[in-house]
Amino acid sequence: MSYHEAPTIAASDAPRLDQDDRPTLRFVTCGSVDDGKSTLVGRLLYDSKTLLDDQLDALASESKTAGTTGGDLDFALLVDGLQAEREQGITIDVAYRFFATKLRRFIVTDTPGHAQYTRNMATGASNAELAVVLVDARKGVITQTRRHSHILSLLGIRHVVLAVNKMDLIGFDGDRFAAITAEYLTMAGQLGISEVQCIPVVAPDGDNIVAPSTRMPWYTGPTVTAYLESVDVSGDVSQRPFRLPVQWVNRPNAEFRGFCGRIASGTIATGETIAVQPSGRRTRVARILSPGGERDRAAAGESVTLTLTDEIDVSRGDVLTAGAAPQVSDQLAAHLVWFDDEAMVAGRRYMLKCGTASTGAVITTLKHRIAIDTMAQESAATLDANQIGYAHLSLDRALVFETYRDNRDMGSFILIDPISHRTAAAGMIDVSLRRATNIHWQRLAVDKSVRARLKQQRPCVLWFTGLSGAGKSTIADLVDRRLAELGRHATLLDGDNLRHGINRDLGFSNADRAENVRRAAEIAALFVNAGMIALVALISPYRSEREQARQRVETGEFIEIHVATPLAECERRDPKGLYRKARAGELPAFTGIDDPYERPQAPEITIDTSELSTDAACERIIGYLRDNHYL
Amino acid sequence: MTGQIVMEAPPAHDAPDEAPAHRSATSHLRRLEAESIHILRETAAEFRKPVMLYSIGKDSSVLLHLAMKAFHPGKPPFPLLHVDTTWKFREMIAFRDRRAHELGLDLIVHTNDDGLRQGIDPFTHGSARYTDVMKTQALRQALDLHGFDAAIGGARRDEEKSRAKERVFSHRSAAHRWDPKNQRPELWSLYNTMLAPGEGMRVFPLSNWTELDVWDYILAENIPIVPLYLAASRPVVERDGALIMVDDDRMPLLAGEEPHMRSVRFRTLGCYPLSGATVSTAATLPEIVREMMASRTSERQGRMIDRDSPASMERKKAEGYF
Repeated sequence: MSYHEAPTIAASDAPRLDQDDRPTLRFVTCGSVDDGKSTLVGRLLYDSKTLLDDQLDALASESKTAGTTGGDLDFALLVDGLQAEREQGITIDVAYRFFATKLRRFIVTDTPGHAQYTRNMATGASNAELAVVLVDARKGVITQTRRHSHILSLLGIRHVVLAVNKMDLIGFDGDRFAAITAEYLTMAGQLGISEVQCIPVVAPDGDNIVAPSTRMPWYTGPTVTAYLESVDVSGDVSQRPFRLPVQWVNRPNAEFRGFCGRIASGTIATGETIAVQPSGRRTRVARILSPGGERDRAAAGESVTLTLTDEIDVSRGDVLTAGAAPQVSDQLAAHLVWFDDEAMVAGRRYMLKCGTASTGAVITTLKHRIAIDTMAQESAATLDANQIGYAHLSLDRALVFETYRDNRDMGSFILIDPISHRTAAAGMIDVSLRRATNIHWQRLAVDKSVRARLKQQRPCVLWFTGLSGAGKSTIADLVDRRLAELGRHATLLDGDNLRHGINRDLGFSNADRAENVRRAAEIAALFVNAGMIALVALISPYRSEREQARQRVETGEFIEIHVATPLAECERRDPKGLYRKARAGELPAFTGIDDPYERPQAPEITIDTSELSTDAACERIIGYLRDNHYL
Repeated sequence: MTGQIVMEAPPAHDAPDEAPAHRSATSHLRRLEAESIHILRETAAEFRKPVMLYSIGKDSSVLLHLAMKAFHPGKPPFPLLHVDTTWKFREMIAFRDRRAHELGLDLIVHTNDDGLRQGIDPFTHGSARYTDVMKTQALRQALDLHGFDAAIGGARRDEEKSRAKERVFSHRSAAHRWDPKNQRPELWSLYNTMLAPGEGMRVFPLSNWTELDVWDYILAENIPIVPLYLAASRPVVERDGALIMVDDDRMPLLAGEEPHMRSVRFRTLGCYPLSGATVSTAATLPEIVREMMASRTSERQGRMIDRDSPASMERKKAEGYF
């Protein structure tokens, strides 16, 4: 075979870093089990001569022992990487493959067709510009084809190659191919997939993969490779307004303060005016540092570091923008693809990550779910793994974003379960629900940092959590007095005392307890904003609630103090006689007795009062505040 | 098989000379560079105590170069960690110390002292046992000892089949185990970096690079590499079909084995008893790239440890090997 002839290159042909010798096309393959996806990808690798001698030898020997092709080369073995997959004969996870032709480089994501692994398909599609959808010519368009195409359209894929595989098994029937094509085009039209190229193939034999098939002379269109090499998928991301989500603030010394990130859209030049979102403050670009050196201009896709002409507050999660203002809102509507085995729960708090910003988010309502067979919208209360829906979300703080259709990087997010840390869902922002565009948070002349300087302290929340009788209020009270002696401005929010005032409308149902904690967190955040140190003493038994409280303030402003006195000791003390009542069955759902206390996993400070006196505990907390420059 | 090979082998460097002068935003290597820098900055921003695994090889050299760029004009906000088995090529160790000094970086060197005391070596204990004790266990020790919660490595998806399925941010349990069936989905450039106490993350900024990309970039950016990658006359013996360089007198020679001086170079570097050399006269970077283009074998062919058993890399990774 000709691939043994190695190309010769002149030694002077050094790679040219700043020239685009061959652009890269990222595409995803999808289809049902046994449609032949892995075989198609293996065939593309094989025909592009990406495979090397030792890999070909391994393929030949594995084809004999593990292959499903009776000893012929089984191209699927090139792609089905994990041992479990080889044993089961299916693809169970996303695999990334690289090959190149004379005209283009390709990164292909091979994704599973198994129904329960839809999440992997969405994963593959999220970074693809084009999709190759396989169907078995004998089966035509089936439920899986619809499901995958729907996900492709949700993820913004506009170019699809429909590869109708196994044409040999239907006798190379052109009429059948035309019927499948017509059915798919109708569906694609409904989904807004604008460009579809249908190609009849026989993947294991290579018909219409690289070379035109001699067995289907009635097909006169391009081969798969020819189409992939020539299709124009270029977006207009450089033409859109400038957006740079700030990833990292680079402060190596007092003279340099740079803001790092990858440009999501648009271009920027030195001297141009930019706005920092969500604050809306304006400044100008002083310098642009790129990996290739200092520059006067940079464009979408580049990882750069900008310095600004004014010293203004910019941190990770902010977005530097120019031109039309982005959306800024804490209420939005989005399409969701649910991943987690644990079903979606409306009202539950998730972590939302969009660009470089993270915030707590609650799915307020699920507007509808998609019935995958019919693509009809149906009402539902929840989403299970691999289901798709449309939901309203309420965020803890205003997010800077664009709609997904306008800007993939600025309009996509993931939801993370705050307890299991699994990625629960992927989201595509459809619309902002509050007309907040161009309306920024009221910028007050005196802000938190000014007040904090007046007080010579860094404001923060000291959140004391632990069982009833653990000593939270006693320690918090002493810390409060000690701070006063030191001339610092603090205030103590005690759970019991709050219930006499702002929370007197609340009882002890689960919902009321949650609201009790939420209000305390909100009040603490207001005090922090006023430059003060807020001490909160609350049992606050649930991790998610404490996490929610932490989200109300900025990173580093929340100090979780676990007063970890053992239950036996708390019960022995029983200062309010509550344990006795609980044991007698008079207080239902009492924390520690018949309701769980979820221990903090990584509290900033842990104190066990059975080992530490109140004074020593207080000194440890004051020491922590000094060591970490709060005082 | 009826397939007909009609495409020509891909000539990588046939960019037309009249290409626009300023296309840096879209060039292939620049895109890879931008993506890797994005990943490095995410790691620095999202983890409590990251570390960069520095194996001294060509991929590590590229990774280090990218880290210097990502945080320029500052230094990378994480130390380098080298897991030293004591069987690395002497030239590698010299190169490692020189580079760390030149760049003014914090370099941590960790060796599994238990393994040393037990006298584990690649000749008497076999490559599988040796790799487990001196590399996998040693790495886990070092990560635990220093409390690193994210370890940045230079692995690429094109290296090997199980690597092709690895995430960019790859979660590890508190016991450092990788569960390939329970990986977090990774969409867009949004990485789920959440960890429970004791858990860790392996981060692979070069996931989407190929071996040729690495060499192209080294050449384009003039990145220093260990001279062992370049052909020179070196003492080697042929053993089990591989050319092993006799780097010091700890290597027991078998009956009939006698080191011969041959012009060889290495495509991958590790422990010298486990790194097979290839016969080559490519003594400059452009010559290496040219040889790469013409190469008919994969780089891991020279690695002894992948061949221990079927799916051996996948098993090693599950146990915590990088």
